[in-house]
Amino acid sequence: MADGDFGNAKSMSIIVTKGSLDWAYPPFILGTTAAAMDLEVTMFFTFYGLPLLNKKLDLKMTTLGNPAMKMPMAGMHVAMPNIVSALPGVDRGATTMMKNLFKKKGVASIEDLREAAVESDVRMIACQMTLDLFEMDRKDMIDGIELGGAATYIDVATKSDINLFI
Amino acid sequence: MADQTLNAEGLNCPLPIIKAKKALKGMEAGKVLEVRSTDPGSVADFAAFCSQTGNELLSSNTEGNIYLFDIKKN
Repeated sequence: MADGDFGNAKSMSIIVTKGSLDWAYPPFILGTTAAAMDLEVTMFFTFYGLPLLNKKLDLKMTTLGNPAMKMPMAGMHVAMPNIVSALPGVDRGATTMMKNLFKKKGVASIEDLREAAVESDVRMIACQMTLDLFEMDRKDMIDGIELGGAATYIDVATKSDINLFI
Repeated sequence: MADQTLNAEGLNCPLPIIKAKKALKGMEAGKVLEVRSTDPGSVADFAAFCSQTGNELLSSNTEGNIYLFDIKKN
């Protein structure tokens, strides 16, 4: 919708490069919020961000190499030593714990935020090169997306007020 | 008095804003939407939302741990 519901003519683009459960949040939160504030929003999904366009999302996260990730646990904040993170099952446990935390704190799921993005006409572009590179299938992805490359993104970026790389 | 109320209690960023936008979209200009939120961040966020969209933030109040906003659709 070019001039939006409130007549805001501003625009924003986001390059989405990460597809883990935690890192999927910033682009979808900012994208949906900007759309709600009546900006014209384009999201360009590339590399590990591209699977976020798959119909079926199975997002996971890892605590490995992330000393800043301190989960609230039994009244304390606990970071995971790398040697523990590398053990089988620890990532699965961390993923479950994070999903429960989101639910408890009233934070939307990525599925819900993506749905909100679709509903608010956020333009979503899948990187064709990444699709080829990782042998992904357009048919596995949600409807309403476009395919494009670097030039497509640059064209969008030159016309946007805000350009983010996440 | 508000023409419509949105209960966004228990919802976290960015849901109160997204739901408010959806509610406003279905309202006529001049009508007032009341939003009830428990997210402390929504105080700054609804001010920003209104300044960006041109909708008028008539009031922003706190009742206990509930944040109340009256937004007049532009």
